[in-house]
Amino acid sequence: MEKLILIFISTILINNVVLSYFLGICPFLGVSGKMESALGMGMAVTFVMTLATSISWLIYYLVLERFGLIFLEYIVFILVIASLVQIVEMFIRKYSTNLYQSLGIYLPLITSNCAILGVALFMVVKDYSFLEAVVFGFSGGLGFCLVIVIMAGIREELEFANIPKIFKGAPLTLITAGILALIFMGFSGLGGG
Amino acid sequence: MKKEQILKGLWQQNPIFRQLLGMCPTLAVTTTAENGLAMGLAVIFVLIFSELAVSSIKKIVPHQVRIAVYTVLIATFVTIVDLFLKAQFPQISKNLGPYVPLIIVNCIILGRCEAFASKNKLSGSLLDALGMGVGFCWGLLILGSIRELLGAGNIFGFRLMPAGFNPLVVMILPAGAFLVLGFLVAIMNRVEQWKS
Repeated sequence: MEKLILIFISTILINNVVLSYFLGICPFLGVSGKMESALGMGMAVTFVMTLATSISWLIYYLVLERFGLIFLEYIVFILVIASLVQIVEMFIRKYSTNLYQSLGIYLPLITSNCAILGVALFMVVKDYSFLEAVVFGFSGGLGFCLVIVIMAGIREELEFANIPKIFKGAPLTLITAGILALIFMGFSGLGGG
Repeated sequence: MKKEQILKGLWQQNPIFRQLLGMCPTLAVTTTAENGLAMGLAVIFVLIFSELAVSSIKKIVPHQVRIAVYTVLIATFVTIVDLFLKAQFPQISKNLGPYVPLIIVNCIILGRCEAFASKNKLSGSLLDALGMGVGFCWGLLILGSIRELLGAGNIFGFRLMPAGFNPLVVMILPAGAFLVLGFLVAIMNRVEQWKS
């Protein structure tokens, strides 16, 4: 139990998916312009990431490892994620129109979000048990959500700031992300590494 | 025309500095010039073979499943690169870690397959892949060199800074990646502005 809490806290704050593993940078830069869409994207990612990590764990340890097919890892994982996103999209569209309207447009983008595949791969590298993998996936998603929402908040304010023309857009977003990463380094003492 | 196809990837549509595509490996592995170069070469390989494969099967792939087909193709080539690195360059493979398999979801590869190779002939796709790949590679190399120089005082392991130089460790940490890239993109914007 203690280990689960440790994974939870460290994945959100210390080893943040975006700021220390550099996963999911494309949506982080692309969708962080508006608070509302950032929140939608963050929630969709959390949802898919939790599911994808759990299912990848089951497939990796129950199928691939047992039958000596580990070299197929990448191909299988990417197929799991792509089909999962497809299924989730169909499911949500059928059962919850509200949820579909708020998350729907972000779902197709998630297939190519490297954070999902990245977290699944890191889960294998770190040799987590099933429960740990589920917590890892969930907190990875929450970490992404937290950072993209903070970023959107900052960027909405920056709209009105007077900045040099050459820094407008991507450069400013990157530098803001850099400063955010510096701030998150302050958490690195938590949880004892 | 032919010349332009290669050149556009190098500067005008440079994946890193102008399109901001494929950011995860760009930022994650460029702690040293060597890692940046290794990642760049891996991406060139995958990009060339994926574009060639996509271009040659473009007529037989049904439109609805094309993205899935492309992704599986890319994953296959990435697996080849990964196994090759593990066997031949274990140290580099260890440094790059899971960022080698993450080439699969590098948007620059799927992006070029979808936007270019699926609509163009084999020879054009090859040139496009070469241009984009080399453009990506030199971006990584520059970023890696700057971060290694400021963060450790070396480039490719050779000491370049004077003995009294105090390394800015932050440059090797994640925050440094964002900052350096941010300033580089701003400099590129300045150059563009000055040219026009």
